Amino acid sequence: MQQSTQSAERRPVDAARAFGHFKDVRQEFLLPTHSNFVAIENITFDLKSGSLVSLLGPSGCGKTTFLKIVGGLIRASSGVIEINGEAVDEPHADFGMAFQQPNLMPWRTVLKNVLFPMELRNDTGAHVTRRAKELLKLVGLEGFEAHYPAQLSGGMQQRVALCRALVHEPKLLLMDEPFGALDELTRMEMQDLLLAIRVKTNATIMFVTHSIAEAVYLSDVVVVFSKRPAVIADYIDVALPYPRTAEIRYSVEFTELEHRAGRALGITR
Amino acid sequence: MIGSAHRLIYPLAGLCVIVVLWQGYVDLAHVSKIVLPSPMDILRASWQRYDLLLRETVPTALESIYGFALAIVIGIPLAVCVTNSRVLNLALYPILIATQSVPKVAVAPIILVWFGLGMQSKLAIAFLVAFFPIVVDTATGLQATPAGLMELARSLRASRWQTFWKVQFPAALPFMFSGAKVAVTLAVIGAVIGEFVGSVNGLGNLLLSANSQLDGPLAWAALVWLSVLGIVLFLGVALAERILMPWAGSGHH
Repeated sequence: MQQSTQSAERRPVDAARAFGHFKDVRQEFLLPTHSNFVAIENITFDLKSGSLVSLLGPSGCGKTTFLKIVGGLIRASSGVIEINGEAVDEPHADFGMAFQQPNLMPWRTVLKNVLFPMELRNDTGAHVTRRAKELLKLVGLEGFEAHYPAQLSGGMQQRVALCRALVHEPKLLLMDEPFGALDELTRMEMQDLLLAIRVKTNATIMFVTHSIAEAVYLSDVVVVFSKRPAVIADYIDVALPYPRTAEIRYSVEFTELEHRAGRALGITR
Repeated sequence: MIGSAHRLIYPLAGLCVIVVLWQGYVDLAHVSKIVLPSPMDILRASWQRYDLLLRETVPTALESIYGFALAIVIGIPLAVCVTNSRVLNLALYPILIATQSVPKVAVAPIILVWFGLGMQSKLAIAFLVAFFPIVVDTATGLQATPAGLMELARSLRASRWQTFWKVQFPAALPFMFSGAKVAVTLAVIGAVIGEFVGSVNGLGNLLLSANSQLDGPLAWAALVWLSVLGIVLFLGVALAERILMPWAGSGHH
């Protein structure tokens, strides 16, 4: 595992070692009309250990499909999907997932929702509970442990879901538009929260979004997906300094990166 | 709480209006007590024959509760089997629907032949009518687990057993309770059907004998006690729901 030395400089990424390796990944679906349709093809790139990579693309382009393939929830039609040198064909214990919807269990309290992954592993010692409480504190939900999800706002629910995705200390965190359903202000708060959490964990993060600004703000690398059938339209190294702050959004470099992503998406010239 | 007070005040006000109109009609039109006793007559009969009514309520209540409990004990596991096994689903579900279309009143005499005039026959009929909504609602609930939760369980490598007990079953609880609420009131109806067809005691039995003796007020008092029994059992299930599902009442604050 690579050291996470978060400082004012750019977060170091171990270029020599690929944590994830994807080659010629292709997914086709059989439609009820018995015709095939290709969701994604020729997806080839490496995922560096400890990096945050965004998959950016128009709605319905297949970026979520690709994320689920990486997570082992969908089996790809063809191609190589390797994480940590192992081929992925089912969900892995070292993976954490956060979805577009918080997917909390209404019958469980906040703390019990966060502990759910540990409960499935029959690992529910006092240290686990302490870790869950620390995570909740980190996302600003201290004192809400005994609340039920229905008593929380959408943003708070998404924070609980984030804690749940992190409680088993995953090496790879897969996030499928987790902030997509939130309002703009909450969304920006959650982005800063994710960056702060990133410092505390060594997790490699793959983040699906259709927001150009979100992708540029969060990532080390933005992989731009084209319209269906999705291929990689651009692979953008985001050389913005850390820690990232709100001011960076108004810098020339930020705007140029947004512009480049926009061109890859075919929005701007 | 203003909300719950309103929920109590409005139906009570509605009931008062009906009772006053009823009393006025009976008094002014001089309706015979045999045809339609006034609310005061019914109240007086309920009061004066209190011990008789209470004594006859006990068997009817027990028949309903036992029949309902049996419907839960058999219905929920059956629904679990039907939703988890494709073979059982294909084999049992059509039969279940078919048996439901048989009118229970028509089956009652046969059940009486099998189980006699005692409690067992009423219990069996109460079970038969309460059983169906429990099976159907539980099965519906088990199949209606939100796709997101199923995906979450899969991403966390939950076993089939864990997925069932920790996700599907609790997610189905609200459905089970709505089925149980319907079932418990149906169980009372089932018990009374059984008592009508043949019995030695119970409120249904009392209602029939009071009717045959042209004792209108007592027959109506038995009717009122029956509906109170139904309401009390319904409230009992609603209370169990609040205790077992404390999250359901907690809304946004």
